[in-house]
Amino acid sequence: MSMDSKNPQKFSSLYEWLTTDAPISRNQARLSALYMSWLELRSNPMAMFGITILLALVLIAWSAPLLAPQSPFTQDLAARLTPPGEGGYILGSDSLGRDILSRLIYGARITLYIVSLVALLAPIVGLFVGTAAGYLGGWIDVILMRITDIFLAFPKLILALAFVSALGAGIENAVLAIVLTSWPPYARIARAETLTIRDADYIHAIKLQGAGSLRIITRHIWPLCISSLVVRVTLDMAGIILTAAGLGFLGLGAQPPSPEWGAMISAGRKFILDHWWVATMPGMAIFVVSLAFNLLGDGLRDVLDPKKSSK
Amino acid sequence: MVGLLFVTFIIGRVMPIDPVLSIVGESASRETYEAAFQELGLDKPLLVQFFYFMRDIAQGNFGESLLTARPVSQDLIRVFPATFELATVGTFFGVLLGVPLGVLAAVKRGSWFDHIARVIALIGYSMPVFWIGLIGLLVFYGKLGWIGGPGRLDIFYVDMVPNITGMILIDSLIMGDMDIFKNAISHIVLPAALLAYYSLAYISRMTRSFMLEQLDQEYIITAQVKGLSANAVIWRHAFDNVKVPLVTVIALSYAALLEGSVLTETIFSWPGIGSYITTALLSADMNAVLGGTVIVGLVFICLNIFSDLLYKFFDPRAK
Repeated sequence: MSMDSKNPQKFSSLYEWLTTDAPISRNQARLSALYMSWLELRSNPMAMFGITILLALVLIAWSAPLLAPQSPFTQDLAARLTPPGEGGYILGSDSLGRDILSRLIYGARITLYIVSLVALLAPIVGLFVGTAAGYLGGWIDVILMRITDIFLAFPKLILALAFVSALGAGIENAVLAIVLTSWPPYARIARAETLTIRDADYIHAIKLQGAGSLRIITRHIWPLCISSLVVRVTLDMAGIILTAAGLGFLGLGAQPPSPEWGAMISAGRKFILDHWWVATMPGMAIFVVSLAFNLLGDGLRDVLDPKKSSK
Repeated sequence: MVGLLFVTFIIGRVMPIDPVLSIVGESASRETYEAAFQELGLDKPLLVQFFYFMRDIAQGNFGESLLTARPVSQDLIRVFPATFELATVGTFFGVLLGVPLGVLAAVKRGSWFDHIARVIALIGYSMPVFWIGLIGLLVFYGKLGWIGGPGRLDIFYVDMVPNITGMILIDSLIMGDMDIFKNAISHIVLPAALLAYYSLAYISRMTRSFMLEQLDQEYIITAQVKGLSANAVIWRHAFDNVKVPLVTVIALSYAALLEGSVLTETIFSWPGIGSYITTALLSADMNAVLGGTVIVGLVFICLNIFSDLLYKFFDPRAK
């Protein structure tokens, strides 16, 4: 790690502190488990490659105004459909003479915005539903799981399409639609985890101490469900990106002139035969980012989920 | 099943578009509006409305499409075979290539072959289907001219095939018209290859992990010790046990292709259920959207039931 070069002495003690067999505090145990997973993940070159791309993406999105050679909205009709590399347009310009590279850089913000919102909201909804169903049991379990099954029975993209059309097109509604269609698997996972934990001795012990259902669920069940949810979310992120881009492509996601990648492909579709770069460049961006998420997800699954590891 | 209908019903109700207004028009008097309102049954409680909705669907009545001015059910019957044809050809090749790929990757675990199989699958998982479809059109149709462009047939063949099954490949064979058959193939090859690639990515990964699970079992060692050839061990012992879960995976990927058809069909102007739903969506033709959604949902459920049945058929323990 980077600390290595700066402060070798402190690192060695920190290293020992992290790798000790007998942690003194709860935080130390947690950090040391985290560090062990990190070491394992670091030995997986594919996953590291994924992380590098994603870090670069975050950096690009964050410093978009500095990096972008032009404003993503400035039109220059005289320079419309300029091929890549000509006239200062590194990746060419689109049908309104806007710089594609700048639009891609700003588009990274939209992609990250959508992905992080969905990746935050969907598992939370799933966690609420799944743990409630699993812990409370009885008719609550039956009703909640029936609802989950109904949503699972629907094809995701078509349900999202129907939702967006009902709510109206736009980024926020696209996020909402993707969340509404992607929470059921998380609810299933959370419920399964809860069922295995529910009758553990320590839960009974807490119950005897007088803890209520709410406290048990939020303080003692949720923390244990989170790691499997995190793995699942990382694996799903590529899917989220593709769905969001698909909605944008169909004109139901971010609205023009916002530089959303899917919408950019859709705009370039008309010129594909003569001006290939307009649709190709944003597609490359989507591909690279979702590949990065897939690589990272694969790596994380190997580290955090010993059952499914692909030796 | 009822739940599926209920969700579609609710989606239809929260639509910001006033169904009455679209019938009577902006300038209608208050009385006309009220009359139409009552005629549509919108004055009744929600549950009663839902009951009417279910009754209509059970009778195959999805209302009329604003766009084509025909009953939605007729439209759906017209577009469904196109999607069915595309998804079936796609799944067929996906299974044909994906299963052996997965088996070999599992047998040669850790070899370069395994890595290549993994990369192929990863790329399949990460590629936006509408983008690679466009690129495919650009290269194979635009630059090389090897295949037919968007649509199911060249324009001068359209309407020359009688609509028997609705699947042009089969209809043209029945008619014995090889020209049309060849033309239809040149049009279906790219979209079907794309869908096949997507199902191949999924099927090969699942096959690999199922096979790995079996190859670790002791009975495999027993079979090897007995002196059986590698082929016999792999295909007759390990693969035999993989078949059962594989059926479910194939059914799932088939269902996913029906869904993926929304984007693929848009790209290739394929007149199937996917492009039907999207055009309906963009013109706020709600009856058509709901009808299409219900049909795709139904196919999903049927596929699930079907794979459960196959499961019982293949796995003696499930009986």
